[in-house]
Amino acid sequence: MAYLELNNIYKSYGQGENTTEVLNNINLTIEEGEFVAIVGFTGSGKTTLVNLINGLLEPTSGEVLFKGEPVNGTSHERGVIFQNYSLLPWLTVGQNIYMAVKEVFPKKSKKELNDLVKEYVEMVGLSHAINKRPKELSGGMRQRVAVARALAMKPEMIIMDEPLGALDALTRGNLQDEILNIWGKDKRTALLITNDVDEGIYMADRIIPLKPGPRATLGPEFKIDIERPRDKTELNDNPNFKETRNAIIEYLMDIGNERKSEAVEVFELPELEPKSFVGRFK
Amino acid sequence: MKQSITLGKVTKFMGLGFLTTLKDLFTGKLEKEDFVKFLRKVVVPLASILLFIGIWHSGAKVLYNREADFKIEKALADQGPEAAEALKACIASGDISCQPNTLPAPSQVWESYKSLLRDHNIISADKAAFKEKTAALNAKRIAEGKEPIVYTGRPSFIDQIVMSLKTVFAGFLLALIIAIPIGILIGLSPTLKSAFNWFIQIFKPVSPVVWYLLVFMIVKTILIDSSDDSSFTISFISVGLCSMWATLVNTAMGVSSVDKDYINVAKVLKLGPFQKVFKVILPSSLPLIFTGLKITLSVAWMVLIAIELLAQSPGLGLFVWEEFQNGANDSNSKIIVAMFVIGIIGFLLDRLMLTIQNAVSFNKNEGL
Repeated sequence: MAYLELNNIYKSYGQGENTTEVLNNINLTIEEGEFVAIVGFTGSGKTTLVNLINGLLEPTSGEVLFKGEPVNGTSHERGVIFQNYSLLPWLTVGQNIYMAVKEVFPKKSKKELNDLVKEYVEMVGLSHAINKRPKELSGGMRQRVAVARALAMKPEMIIMDEPLGALDALTRGNLQDEILNIWGKDKRTALLITNDVDEGIYMADRIIPLKPGPRATLGPEFKIDIERPRDKTELNDNPNFKETRNAIIEYLMDIGNERKSEAVEVFELPELEPKSFVGRFK
Repeated sequence: MKQSITLGKVTKFMGLGFLTTLKDLFTGKLEKEDFVKFLRKVVVPLASILLFIGIWHSGAKVLYNREADFKIEKALADQGPEAAEALKACIASGDISCQPNTLPAPSQVWESYKSLLRDHNIISADKAAFKEKTAALNAKRIAEGKEPIVYTGRPSFIDQIVMSLKTVFAGFLLALIIAIPIGILIGLSPTLKSAFNWFIQIFKPVSPVVWYLLVFMIVKTILIDSSDDSSFTISFISVGLCSMWATLVNTAMGVSSVDKDYINVAKVLKLGPFQKVFKVILPSSLPLIFTGLKITLSVAWMVLIAIELLAQSPGLGLFVWEEFQNGANDSNSKIIVAMFVIGIIGFLLDRLMLTIQNAVSFNKNEGL
């Protein structure tokens, strides 16, 4: 039995003539302990797919199975790192995380919870900022808080929706390593949604492109056979890396062009002639 | 890291930034490049105040002359040239018995302001004396279980300001108690919203006068047994009902339009309904709620004057009305004094709310 299974997912918004079909015929299986990345263009329905898996949305038809059970609403077993950090701005870093762990471990004492908060804040290197509010933090720091919040809940599966999209390259690299470290430590299952092919190759075991919507569907998967731990600088010289990278980018370019050629729409212009005012004001 | 609180930060926070510039001017800290800023922030407002007083002064003079000419002409037509000459001489001499009754000049208003303060000192002294005189008697009466004798003399201008502030805060509190819970409920439930919406839409634009009459009808009957003066109760309830709509609508809007990301966080954390309301929805709608409260307070202060006047409840509104009815030679200038006091207090109340609002609000993008 697969750990996470998506069968024939179809998702549309609206009804009647206003229906927007976002996802169609999505089939995906993820095994326990696997790190899967889904790569796609912006606006191709990645976030919808993530929300179906974490339980914020329900598919129009088809089913999402988590450990054999249909997904019905959100669960603490599936931690989510949102695209926009989604911290509560009126709470401090510590309070944001405390609120999460308190919900997940209601039986723990206040001190235990506080220790847990401290542990995870330290893990993402923000101990000095534990009493600061999100507005006093940089984008990278905020995302690290969001990572700490998701991980402190000790989910079995981490779902990441373009978690590093808004960050600069340096912070991005550091956080990639941090996430990989945590994933490697206790071999959780991870699903990463990204628009960065390099990031996908660096982090995941498998990469699956998402053909852009409307009616987005998953493309053929690409296995990444590069040994862990992977080294970023060496990766560039790895022939395997280059090959996979080129193959994925080529695939994405092709479907991108396909989309463009499909989207040819002819706008007929009415035949108009500029009105002549010559001689009218004499 | 501890943040130091400086005068600059505090005044900027309260929207009184010009005070810092003034302080810098006197402490000689002003740099040359600040000069333009100084001109704009201090000199220009001061100049415009002077200009305003100047226009007021000359306008009042024109009105005075017009009124005087009319009076003299009328005397000439009705009573003959002798009476007209006498009146002319009387007006020129500055005798208060025959002064034209029109817009007072700034200097007259300033005189009235000082006379109101003198009046206040006299009345306070009177009150203190009364208290001293009746202290022993009152102690005895209280011991016997009787009501103590209270000062029933005329309230001074300052007393009336205090009464007005009391009324407005009682009304504001009432608005807060009614509007916030209902606003939250309406914001949370679309069903309740459609149940209440017609009610809000119809009653929101109702004028303060009508609210007063409505409250009067109800409270008068409820307090039919009581011998106490119900004018205060009636006026603060009217003020509250009149001004609560902004808070009600803003609270409902804030609660129903919480950012979807926060709701998603609440869902992912699996917060219970109670937790969701108090930990996510309410904090995120606080800025809008306080915007509503700020509007409510300024509306309350604005309608207060009209309602006090109708309810005959002691306060600035009644003061204005009584002075108008009084028609003494300095009544008009006292009304103008009251006008400035009302305006300045309104401004200060607004700044107070702005300060609180700044303290609780956050930028929507801060956590995202």
